[in-house]
Amino acid sequence: MNRYPEMFKRLSLLKEGCFVPFVILGDPSLEISIKIIEILIKNGADALEIGIPFSDPLADGPIIQKASLRALSKKNTFSEYFEILKKLRAQNTQLPIGVLIYANLIYNQGIDNFYWKCANCGLDSVLIADVPIEESKIFYETANKYKINSIFICPPDADDEFLKKISLYAQGYIYVLSRLGITGIEDKTPSLSKDFIKKIKRYNSLPLLQGFGISNAIQVKKAILSGLSGIICGSAIIDIIEKNFTQENIMFKKIKDFTRLLKISTQ
Amino acid sequence: MTLLNPYFGEFGGMYVPQILIPALFELEKNFVAAQEDISFQKKFYDLLKNYAGRPTPLTLCNNLTQGTKTRIYLKREDLLHGGAHKTNQVLGQAMLALRMKKKEIIAETGAGQHGVATAIACALLNLKCRIYMGFKDIERQSTNVFRMQLMGAKVISVKNGSGTLKDACNEALRDWSKSYKTSYYMIGTAAGPHPYPTMVREFQRMIGTETKKQILEKENRLPDSIIACIGGGSNAIGIFSDFMDDKVNLIGVEPAGQGIHTGKHGAPLKHGRTGIYFGMKSYLMQDKEGQIKESWSISAGLDFPSVGPEHAWLSSINRAQYVSITDEEAINAFLILCKKEGIIPALESSHALAYALKLMKKNPYKEQLFVVNLSGRGDKDIFTVNNILEKKEKYNESISRNV
Repeated sequence: MNRYPEMFKRLSLLKEGCFVPFVILGDPSLEISIKIIEILIKNGADALEIGIPFSDPLADGPIIQKASLRALSKKNTFSEYFEILKKLRAQNTQLPIGVLIYANLIYNQGIDNFYWKCANCGLDSVLIADVPIEESKIFYETANKYKINSIFICPPDADDEFLKKISLYAQGYIYVLSRLGITGIEDKTPSLSKDFIKKIKRYNSLPLLQGFGISNAIQVKKAILSGLSGIICGSAIIDIIEKNFTQENIMFKKIKDFTRLLKISTQ
Repeated sequence: MTLLNPYFGEFGGMYVPQILIPALFELEKNFVAAQEDISFQKKFYDLLKNYAGRPTPLTLCNNLTQGTKTRIYLKREDLLHGGAHKTNQVLGQAMLALRMKKKEIIAETGAGQHGVATAIACALLNLKCRIYMGFKDIERQSTNVFRMQLMGAKVISVKNGSGTLKDACNEALRDWSKSYKTSYYMIGTAAGPHPYPTMVREFQRMIGTETKKQILEKENRLPDSIIACIGGGSNAIGIFSDFMDDKVNLIGVEPAGQGIHTGKHGAPLKHGRTGIYFGMKSYLMQDKEGQIKESWSISAGLDFPSVGPEHAWLSSINRAQYVSITDEEAINAFLILCKKEGIIPALESSHALAYALKLMKKNPYKEQLFVVNLSGRGDKDIFTVNNILEKKEKYNESISRNV
């Protein structure tokens, strides 16, 4: 079962871009995290990218690092995470749901076992932050066995050789980085050049989502205009959680408003 | 495709975000070319000899072994400029950075030894450097921070996570993934993603090559065992590398900290599980959910929750043997070497010595020949040792009063 093609088809008929919010599961606690995810879905998320907290998230900037530590401090277990994902799936049968995770968490529970559980929860995709295509073989083959899409990252300076390689492996969508470095918020995130986007499209036909540094409506509009299918926004949402988690209602309202704003910007 | 095999058996690899792969390929390509470039090797050799002070001596400990038939030699990396073996490989890597036309160096440091070595090499070769260090380590190792700053390095305090070496490693990798076009990441040990484990071993290989030559001159035979401490494992892999195919026991000593049973240790090789962290597949200290645990050792240089992948492999095929020594055993060895031989060893190296002494005491009348890699000098550790001795004294006083 894979829900990405359906979702992208629907959006392209509507002439809308795709808005994918990213949050860390269990931040600031499991119960509140579930409520946040519900708000994201209700207010325009076209798909979800859910981060599984890791102690040493080296592809992430300070905002997501802190979110991971907040979640880890609650000492939740993997079975709890999977249970929530399963419920989420039951309540949202059409919504594409992907997880972002670090390799050790998969390796530790057994690669086959992990993907089996993902399939069992009805997940659509897995992105492993510290597994590049070059090391992906065993993860990729196991994911295929359970019909889980493997999402790969395309750097903003990718050369033809890499674009050729990613076109052989990519499934679901391609996560195109706005810039080098790690996750975080930046107002000045440069938009990707139309030429570069064209070049990626020459090698493959999958939808392209832009991520890293996206935090406002202008960036979203620019991304859609430049030929991308949509955007992924994490740190900016998690920043709202960090700054407001002591006052839940204010936090919920801010997340709701921000989500709506970004979704509207894709239209 | 890599030029060299990125794996040691099942261990090693390049587990980094996709964006870092081109940087690792570029590094590997330049490393391979430099290894074949005679002028590079000549310049490296010249720096080692005339700047760092190689070859280092091999010293026989006459007092330490009195009354036994054990002979212990120390490979004196403590006499190297900078005070530890670290200087060897940073010179190699700094030359590589120059070759790659990178003018900025990024490094991480725990106790500050690799940071100091990096600052030395950067001052010498006119490179700009920034060094990531956990805020807790900055407090604990203020003299090393000052040393780095004196030589022009910028020390950046890492406040994320636990504020120690593992967080400094993460932060350095984060910096590099942003800046690799202009900067060079100088990893401090034979760990991390390929090609670092191989490259650092090759830039530390002379420790073993010299040792072999020296022991043959002095004893006309190879030693029974070579003993070295293991944090990330660079001094050990350096001295082991020339003896891999010989009939010599290779023994790596991990820190047992306050005792393996307390969980406060840094011994992933024997007491961790295989996992993926810091760019490599290796043994790791982790909880049952796969989250990385913090390690513990009295010696900051061994305080790391993982280990270089080549050691993981050598352990898995039983070519090398890995054991552990507690904080207390290491301190005792530290004190004995000071008193008996007039050498103040680093607390890291004291772990290796402690294991040699353990073997000696177990079989005092057995004729055995050991080489201990004395990877660094202990001036940096005298305050740590003093604190512990003072605490012990107070404790003993309170006991004697109660008796």
